[in-house]
Amino acid sequence: MDVDGPIISGRDLRVQYGDREILHGVSFDVQPKETIVILGGSGSGKSTLLRTMVGLEKPTSGAVWVGGTNLAQASAAELDEVRKKIGLSFQGGALIGSMTVGENVALPLRELTNLEASTIEVVVRIKLEQVGLIQFQDFMPSQLSGGMKKRAALARAMAMDPEILFFDEPSAGLDPIVAAGIDSLILNLKQALAVTIVVVTHELASAFLIADRIIVLDGGHIVAMATTDELRRSTHPRIQQFLNRVPDSEVSDDVDHLRLYTERI
Amino acid sequence: MPRLSVVEPLSVIGGAVERGLAYLGGVAQLLGRAFAHAFTSSLKRSLSYQRACHQAMVIGVGAVPVISFITFFIGVIMALQGAYELKRFGALHLIADTVAISITRELGPLVTAIVVIGRSGSAFAAEIGTMKVTEELDALETMALHPIGFLVTPKLLAMLVMMPCLTIWADLMGVLGGSVFGVTGADYTFGTYLSATRDALYMRDIITGLVKSIVFGLVITGVGCQEGFATGAGSEEVGRSTTSAVVTSIFLVVLVDLVFTAIFYVTGGA
Repeated sequence: MDVDGPIISGRDLRVQYGDREILHGVSFDVQPKETIVILGGSGSGKSTLLRTMVGLEKPTSGAVWVGGTNLAQASAAELDEVRKKIGLSFQGGALIGSMTVGENVALPLRELTNLEASTIEVVVRIKLEQVGLIQFQDFMPSQLSGGMKKRAALARAMAMDPEILFFDEPSAGLDPIVAAGIDSLILNLKQALAVTIVVVTHELASAFLIADRIIVLDGGHIVAMATTDELRRSTHPRIQQFLNRVPDSEVSDDVDHLRLYTERI
Repeated sequence: MPRLSVVEPLSVIGGAVERGLAYLGGVAQLLGRAFAHAFTSSLKRSLSYQRACHQAMVIGVGAVPVISFITFFIGVIMALQGAYELKRFGALHLIADTVAISITRELGPLVTAIVVIGRSGSAFAAEIGTMKVTEELDALETMALHPIGFLVTPKLLAMLVMMPCLTIWADLMGVLGGSVFGVTGADYTFGTYLSATRDALYMRDIITGLVKSIVFGLVITGVGCQEGFATGAGSEEVGRSTTSAVVTSIFLVVLVDLVFTAIFYVTGGA
């Protein structure tokens, strides 16, 4: 992924599920080694944007370039190459339930690299150490708490030393203390690893804490793309409403209303 | 409007046929991809074999006790039912032939398939369906580990090996079951019963059963995994997929059985 300029860029990106268009032509750039937070409410299309950036959804039109490959037109082999250089930490962890935490972290290393078993063991221990789960290597995912699952998922996402780390709602469903722990973990990684980090969240405090820049999505459009300071000074009504946690006075559009309840997680 | 009354049922039938064919097409496509992954996967071959061996243990070795009991009992039942009719013709000595042929040609493969559907077909759908609901399939995909190569291929390879093995075992147990009646209810000793069985069977009786069992294995793997991948959001969807995997598999296995038996009958009276 040795590319000059942005490591991820979207150009007039449109994604649709069936007849419903979720992203209405978004364009953005992510620079190497910066931490971008994609902020938005339910139904804003932020999860869809994340899924598109890792190749789980195909755009209906437009382009999404990740490390120099346009995922909209990539072959299966090209997609695999991109995926070996990214790591995604899923909202619910998505650890393989039939494998221990250690085996989960070792999985991509065992399948996709030619490393010796002993080397893999060392790498697994390093990754688990980084997320503070070293003593849980032999636990099954079902024995872990929500926060620990997210940490284990992060260790797995880091296993292949990716150049881009994606986080899907890292603090959703956690109590404030555990959520703060995850935030500080992301901050530590940001300093220690010098990787590009893309975080999708609806948590304001967490977004302002970890982001270099924030992309605000609303109804499938980007309403702001700015540094945290610029965003605080923004006068855009929708952003002010989001920052000040003002509820919608009424649901003006039935389609919007429906979308709130039908968007995929 | 008399025309509508003709068109409407036809369109309903046409729609159902189209959906059925599309479903079969989907299953065939899934199996094709799983086969392709067996040869061209980017996954480590040694680990794929390990997974296939693990599946073979679960699908095959784990099913041996229950299949043994069921086919042994069915052997006894077939002997009793056969004797009821044969006795009237004074042909009780044909009981070994009756049991041997009905078990090897039909009941061995069919009962094996139904037990495997209940144990493994349902488990495939539940496992893959749960993984879909918990985003584990997406996780595999984003790690460049293809879910079909990772999950379906080992199951398919294990099934293709284990179904014929289980069927041979089922045949044997069925014959043993028949011998219980042969020894106690007809004038056989255990030795004469077995040699009568051997004389009654042609190689093609066993081969046709094994051919069927391989096709049953394809159907069970294809339908079980397909239903798993088709699972929607939410845990109750997993239950629906599992039910559907069992019902659809049983239906298709019987249908395939019919087709193959007809083909074997037409081609050379086998």
